[in-house]
Amino acid sequence: MENLISRYRNVTILVVILFAQVLGLAVQVRRSTQDESTRLIRVWAVDAVTPLEKAIVWSQSGIGNLWHNYFYLRGVRQENRELKQEIERLRIEQVRLNQDAEQARRLQALLGFKEQFISRTLPAQVIGSSGSEQSRSIYIDKGSRDGIKPDMAVITAEGVVGKVLRAFRTTSQVLLVNDQTSGVGAILEKSRLQGVLRGTPLGEVVLEKVMSDETVQAGERVVTSGGDQIFPKGLPVGTVTKVSPGAELFLNIRVKPAADLSRLEEVLVITQQEEKTPASAEGAPPMRAADILAQRLPSVPDRPPDDPNAPPPPTSGLKIFPAPTTSAAAGIPKASGASPASPSAASHGQSGQGSATTAGTTAKPHVDSAGTTNNAGNASSATKPNANSSATKPVTPRKPVAPAVKASDNATTGASGGQAQPASPQPDPQPKQLATEPTTPQEPPQ
Amino acid sequence: MPITYTSNEQIEVYRFSLPAAILVPLIAVFLQAFIPLRFHFFSIFDLPLLVVIFFAVARRSPVAGLLTGAAIGLLQDSLTGHPLGLFGIAKTVAGYGASSLGVKLDVENAGSRFLVTLFFYGLHEIVYFAVARGLVGLTLQWSWPRELGSAFANAFLAVILFALLDRFKQRT
Repeated sequence: MENLISRYRNVTILVVILFAQVLGLAVQVRRSTQDESTRLIRVWAVDAVTPLEKAIVWSQSGIGNLWHNYFYLRGVRQENRELKQEIERLRIEQVRLNQDAEQARRLQALLGFKEQFISRTLPAQVIGSSGSEQSRSIYIDKGSRDGIKPDMAVITAEGVVGKVLRAFRTTSQVLLVNDQTSGVGAILEKSRLQGVLRGTPLGEVVLEKVMSDETVQAGERVVTSGGDQIFPKGLPVGTVTKVSPGAELFLNIRVKPAADLSRLEEVLVITQQEEKTPASAEGAPPMRAADILAQRLPSVPDRPPDDPNAPPPPTSGLKIFPAPTTSAAAGIPKASGASPASPSAASHGQSGQGSATTAGTTAKPHVDSAGTTNNAGNASSATKPNANSSATKPVTPRKPVAPAVKASDNATTGASGGQAQPASPQPDPQPKQLATEPTTPQEPPQ
Repeated sequence: MPITYTSNEQIEVYRFSLPAAILVPLIAVFLQAFIPLRFHFFSIFDLPLLVVIFFAVARRSPVAGLLTGAAIGLLQDSLTGHPLGLFGIAKTVAGYGASSLGVKLDVENAGSRFLVTLFFYGLHEIVYFAVARGLVGLTLQWSWPRELGSAFANAFLAVILFALLDRFKQRT
């Protein structure tokens, strides 16, 4: 036996070395990647290679910055002019987007949606790659010393890049989204179809798990869905380039990444995310659905203080009932969202007393001429209606609010579209008097 | 030290200084990781494999060849996101094969270096794919045009690179 081994010494050593490596591979594959600690050999290899990479990248960028910032300034004035024009254009766009965003935040707050915010990012420079086409990963010059941990999202201004795979002391390995072992929860921006973004062996990116009976157009944008708990929702991922029937019941959707993964130089690591319910304004109490709807729907201004000498208002067959306590406390928006404090049948010439019922649940917020909301009303005022409450409010120019009445004489309620539901089946024995001021020009309900 | 003969001519066995034996593989791995960032096409080359073949052929010792291949392969594995051993196993086989061939054949001229590199690049890729798919479960796709293109590109580069690395050879 000994003679045999010495005779085939080289082959024996080859077999032993190969066996040891296969055994090592099997152990690594069997272990879960979650609790896998970084192998010492990886630390050594990274420590041996990355300092040189860092030094080269640092000197390269230093020389480049020196040249571009102090010597090569051709075309800077022209670029400056163009950038100023761009800023002007973006400012105008920002105003519009701010309003939309504010509205979205209010609605999210009302519905109790949690929103993920990127609260802290860390810029990092790309210093190296894996050097293999089979493993698509890069190295950045920030590590655990800088607060980086595995599974942190890495992005650029253009879109998603990948996630931190391993964090060493001064460097980190980032797994790119086009690696075949990566997976990103994604959603198609328009059709809202969800899928999983994966890399292919050829370095392409495909969106998987979208059923073949769905319609997906080329050119549609893909954003993160937030479902993977790594990437915040809404980050741009890429654009659909090709859609074809795939294996089994799913579509084969090819996606072009928004970030140029082959030319990465600087990236941002999302080191902290917060999940909170968005508020419309700092310190302001959350608005209720009824408040939002009251702003949006047409109505009439509140009555001025009663003038004892004024003639009595005309009456009609409408009657207002207060909302019950339960629905007001729950804050469930009814169809029109108007309140007992703001009946507005007058806008349709149906003011007066009658047998109409209110559909609102809470007191209507006060809206000034600028369109801002003063949440003057509250649930208690809705549950304990005061016949004079509407009369004591000063008349101010305000955004119209929808009428929240149901006419006993089958009159429709205008902006409420006739869908107003009675908040209480019990009629108020003392019907409230309606304001009779002429309505302001109505904005179409949104 | 095994001495073999081809065409009645003694094949020389070379050795390398310790700094060269350590730094050359390290620089190869470094360049392999760094250059593709700037020049993406460079990822078709496999500099660590070329270094393995060069050392194996020059030393003409199968044991030294397989150990060199294992060490450089594991170093290369360390920089990837995959389990350690994929490149390690493939380069161990390539190193052993190249040194075994070097014992039998004269591989000092450009033509034989080209052919040896062409062959062992193919062997390396086959072993790598087999291990990656069979043991690790990676879904790699074999593309003949790409593999052949890479094999020829590496073979051309090997001729130039081996000529440069010849300067580090020391006669025994």
